[in-house]
Amino acid sequence: MEDRILINRPRITTVKQIRNETNDILTILVQDKRCAIAAPGQFAMIWVLGVGEIPMSLSFMDGKDTCGVTVKSIGMTTKALCSKKKNDNIGIRGPYGTGFTSIFGNCLLVGGGTGLAPLLPLTKILIEKGADVTLLLAGKSRNAIPFFKDIQNLLSNSKHKIVVTTDDGSYGIKGIASDYVEVLLKKERYDMIYTCGPEVMLKKIFILAEEKIIPIQASLERYIKCGFGLCGSCNIGRYLLCLDGPVFTSKQLREISNDFGISRRNINGRKTPI
Amino acid sequence: MKLPEKNSRNALQISFQLKNFKMNNPIMLASGVVGVHPDILPRVAEAGAGAMVTKSISMDPREGYHNPTVVEVEGGFVNAVGLSNPGVDAFSKELAALEEKPLPIVVSLFGSTPTEFGDLVSRLESISVDCYELNLSCPHVEKVGLEVGQDPEAVAAVVKAAKKFSSRPVLIKVSPHIADIVEIVSVAKDSGADGVTAINTLRAMVIDIESGRPILSNNVGGLSGPAIKAIAIRCVYDISQKVDIPIIGCGGITHWSDAIEFFLAGASAVQVGSAVAYKGLNILREIVNGIEKYLDNHEIKKIGELVGRSHSYQ
Repeated sequence: MEDRILINRPRITTVKQIRNETNDILTILVQDKRCAIAAPGQFAMIWVLGVGEIPMSLSFMDGKDTCGVTVKSIGMTTKALCSKKKNDNIGIRGPYGTGFTSIFGNCLLVGGGTGLAPLLPLTKILIEKGADVTLLLAGKSRNAIPFFKDIQNLLSNSKHKIVVTTDDGSYGIKGIASDYVEVLLKKERYDMIYTCGPEVMLKKIFILAEEKIIPIQASLERYIKCGFGLCGSCNIGRYLLCLDGPVFTSKQLREISNDFGISRRNINGRKTPI
Repeated sequence: MKLPEKNSRNALQISFQLKNFKMNNPIMLASGVVGVHPDILPRVAEAGAGAMVTKSISMDPREGYHNPTVVEVEGGFVNAVGLSNPGVDAFSKELAALEEKPLPIVVSLFGSTPTEFGDLVSRLESISVDCYELNLSCPHVEKVGLEVGQDPEAVAAVVKAAKKFSSRPVLIKVSPHIADIVEIVSVAKDSGADGVTAINTLRAMVIDIESGRPILSNNVGGLSGPAIKAIAIRCVYDISQKVDIPIIGCGGITHWSDAIEFFLAGASAVQVGSAVAYKGLNILREIVNGIEKYLDNHEIKKIGELVGRSHSYQ
């Protein structure tokens, strides 16, 4: 019998595997053919039945039938998602949005905490393409940084670099990511900067990139309801994050400079300071 | 030069005017779709809309329902966003701060009492708004919307309260759930309404068969999209037959031919909503272009010649 396809409707799937990335960050792998072929930077709407539905960057896609999201317990729905066990039901729809555009060249990737989620599949693609990758992993402490082992394996070739910064100095360089980006930009010329994480960090890195005239792609976050360009909730300036983003280019970031790093719309649509 | 001549003829062909509210073309972006916040207005203008109807605004901010709030079904979408909005003060501030207003803006309003509607209008009078649309038909929120819109006395009081403070035309948006839609529209007209938008969504529900659970967090939502078009056409036809009032058709328009069908039923302008999810905002321009082509092919000078034409076949 032929399956009816309504792409904007949650597909119920079961949790295949749970990976503990750190003390409080985990990756949930599920079977879903559509999201398994998503582009890095795209997101899925994850429905925790009876609790809520939230946008999550896809952190893992095997290109066949399995995908994953990486989650930290922050709100009601992420908390419920974190308590899922193997074989539990969750709903998924997507993939949605515009992801990263990969290039062949010298790339600087900067990820803060769970903001590393979309950068992991991006790193895989950049390596496949033969790009040179410098990956800056940032977090409050070592515990806030997921994928450490995966990244070490991926970037084992000596032409790639891994840098770690922690706010508390519990690992790597003590300090915040944007300060070390400034150091890196003084030493080396990059063809593209990719980044995802707290918006204050993204804004600082964007300003540094603009000064050095380096193109940037930054993945932002907003309150999302429909995910496919109907409801308008995720509006930023002239854009809808769910269609035009979540990854925005330098040009787009300039166009939304009144909001980027400054304000975001909450559940009722009111702009609130970031 | 032939081109400017054709353009000026087309401009007259498809323009729409309701008192001091003028649109270059008869296609509005429907309430609650993309045009939720004033920041997006330039984008909606570039996409070819004649006007943008905002998401419904209330006196106080309202969170609405939690996700899932929108779900796709065969022939459309069921949504229960729950009238979330930042409240009239935050909304007006944002609208007033726009550097330029590239197209007319219709502000959709909702409240639970006539006084609230009057207050909403008076707060918006000082900023550049072109028209008001009273949402008397939201099917999934208690005490407002449909609960007001199906009671003729309440409708009369609400319209009078809004008109009292308004220097702009006032539309009412009606629900197909009302037992006698013609009666409600007649009452609204007698109370001073300048036009009617028909129709709002229909009460609907979607259940997930794996878990047995309704998908929307509110369980019940409103159905929009092609699935409701034939119902909307019937409502427009009924109103047009009995009440002499400008009608804005709304419900399932995804192609220019749908808009023509609404004109023939009695609408003089239309609103487009769900189609944006299928085809993007540029569907608005495609519909405008299609209407122009149809008028040219049929040697029709202006849309007015089409409006209500189907009524000659009784």
